[in-house]
Amino acid sequence: MATSGVVAEITVGLSSCGIAAGARDVYESFQQKLKGRGIDVELKRTGCVGMCYREPLVDVAVPGLGKTTYGGVTTEYVERIIEEHVVGGKPIEEWLVHLEGRELPDDAYLAPQERIVLRNAGSIDPESIDDYVDTGGYDALATVLKSMSPDEVISVIKDSGLRGRGGAGFPTGVKWGLASQQPGDMKYVIVNADEGDPGAFMDRSILEGDPHSVLEGLVIAAYAIGASEGYFYVRAEYPLAIKRLEIAIADATERGFLGSDILGSGFGFKVKIKEGAGAFVCGEETALIASIEGQRGMPKLRPPYPAAKGLWGKPTNINNVETYANIAWIILNGAEAYASYGTETSKGTKVFALAGKIVRGGLVEVPMGIRLRDIIFDIGGGVPEGRTFKAVQLGGPSGGCIPEEFIDILVDYESVTKTGAIMGSGGMVVMDDSTCMVDIARFFLNFTQDESCGKCTFCRVGTKRMLEILERICAGEGQEGDIELLEELGEKIVSSSLCGLGQSAPNPVLTTIKYFRDEYEAHIQEKRCPALACKALLTYEVVAENCIGCTLCTKACPVGAVSGEKKEVHTIDNDLCTGCDACRQVCKFDAITVR
Amino acid sequence: MEKAAVQAETTKEYLAIVDEIARKYADAPGSVIPVLQQTQARIGYLPMGVIERIGHSLGVPPSRVYGVASFYSQFRFNPVGKYIVKICHGTACHVQGAGAITAAICDELGVHDGGTTEDGMFTVDSVSCIGCCSLAPVIMIADDTFGRLTPAEARKIVREYGK
Repeated sequence: MATSGVVAEITVGLSSCGIAAGARDVYESFQQKLKGRGIDVELKRTGCVGMCYREPLVDVAVPGLGKTTYGGVTTEYVERIIEEHVVGGKPIEEWLVHLEGRELPDDAYLAPQERIVLRNAGSIDPESIDDYVDTGGYDALATVLKSMSPDEVISVIKDSGLRGRGGAGFPTGVKWGLASQQPGDMKYVIVNADEGDPGAFMDRSILEGDPHSVLEGLVIAAYAIGASEGYFYVRAEYPLAIKRLEIAIADATERGFLGSDILGSGFGFKVKIKEGAGAFVCGEETALIASIEGQRGMPKLRPPYPAAKGLWGKPTNINNVETYANIAWIILNGAEAYASYGTETSKGTKVFALAGKIVRGGLVEVPMGIRLRDIIFDIGGGVPEGRTFKAVQLGGPSGGCIPEEFIDILVDYESVTKTGAIMGSGGMVVMDDSTCMVDIARFFLNFTQDESCGKCTFCRVGTKRMLEILERICAGEGQEGDIELLEELGEKIVSSSLCGLGQSAPNPVLTTIKYFRDEYEAHIQEKRCPALACKALLTYEVVAENCIGCTLCTKACPVGAVSGEKKEVHTIDNDLCTGCDACRQVCKFDAITVR
Repeated sequence: MEKAAVQAETTKEYLAIVDEIARKYADAPGSVIPVLQQTQARIGYLPMGVIERIGHSLGVPPSRVYGVASFYSQFRFNPVGKYIVKICHGTACHVQGAGAITAAICDELGVHDGGTTEDGMFTVDSVSCIGCCSLAPVIMIADDTFGRLTPAEARKIVREYGK
């Protein structure tokens, strides 16, 4: 038993979401249990493959058995995986997510994906430069430095049709071209990793799972525009991404992929990490630059664009994480290969973060032009059983809610914009019949008014006024004319704000009014929340015929709103009730209803 | 009297920390934010005396240093608890009941959102998205992230840390 001589690989997904689900304990448990067993197993770590709903994920590769993935692994699985699968050679059926050569339900998640940005995520060790190099990493950089002029690089990126993945969708090659044409010997390139849209987490996952792919894209961009220094501007809330980037930069410098004479080409480039300090508006490029310069992150009027006058007044190119992660692939595979994915105006693939009321949530990378329905229902598995799909929020606080009637649109920049939402960075938060659209609008306005930098009056004061109206509506104090007032304020804020934050802040309100006006009206006119989400509008009642007087609910109520003697029908005082739902949750006899 | 002496000692210690950090950045433009970040990482918050010292050390008016610090949500001007309980209020967490998690944790610890417990153990802080949307609702304590929470589980987790 001690030396079965099996050569196997066990890989644990150690990204932030995996770790949050318990992956680190699993990894340590494997370490412990494998120690001194005398079986030849290599224990590895990797980033996130994107199947967040099945975390923690463990891959087991035993020669002759095909690659196997287990999902929802806890430390209790560890012993059995070693004994039955690694030693015994028999995969454990009930925990399988993926088994080479076998069809399993979770295949629906990965099979329709086309992975360019996520090409290495979940398969390589993000802290090993060797792993990255073994997959062809830094080959694109070598090709560029050896055999391409900066203009040739730019024209490949132009031909690929790649557009900025941070939200606005500006053609990347054109952006590079503008910065490269600027005179001057000091230029900068910046990675915008200030992923602030709540509901989007692809940039974090890319940096945690494959940091070298972003770094390689950045060095290529630097060469193309003639920059000698670069910055990663990363949210401080992403400590693991920062740690893995630091390792990647140190290793790349040691190997000569960064430094004063990269791969003997004479081209020199160095890069630093700047940690953001918590300001959503710093995702806007002029605000981001101000922040790197040590100032308050307030946007400036453009032009001049950063391409002409950016960091420290020098020509600067800024792209987001996902954009850079595409570059090396495009160089190696050609502009045509990239442009073969997608639609006429939106080329390539896009990573989406699926979250909210969805069965299979996580990261997916799909060709542009796929139907929205395919992402949410085929890949994501739709809403949980017993609920009905209501809308999907696309584009974060700058975006909007797309209702069911548009579920068959093709996902590209133009089609999404037509609905009133925006592509944004690709966050998709799915909502079902238990989500109140007025509450969602209030949620986003609360966010944007909090994050408004205060420079433009309409954004600073207007969002606050809109928020007050929405809070009133959710509290059951809505008045006739509130909807019209919201619309008017929204339009004024859009037209009178300097930057993208203000120009798009009213979108979540305007789109929910457009598609879910009846919900607003129910709140205002009937003082009723159809989704049963706005607590102030809920009425709790005891169903007399079901109540046996067990007193569980009286004990559960934190405010003493439920009363009644043992074995007698209880009553609820709705004036005291805070709508916490505790009574309904503890009742075993369906004796409490809410409406 | 004794209390004042302790305070003076603490202030001296804080200023020494600022000097040590600022020295590394003497000539670096754009160093205000990294110096603020590292100082807060050591002291836990940014008292006014510390803000002034940073300004003098970097040759930047203290009013500007304060202007920068107060712009970004990361910086705090009051002492915080040993553990900061960050409750994610991103979209996914909101939809999945972050409000109920906040209520449970505040109730368990007997503080308001943003407040610090009397024993100095916990500060409750509602934050924007921490990027673990698929595991919503999520909280973060120190560097540990906990996902797929119910209010009861959230209470249990803070109780464990309080031990």
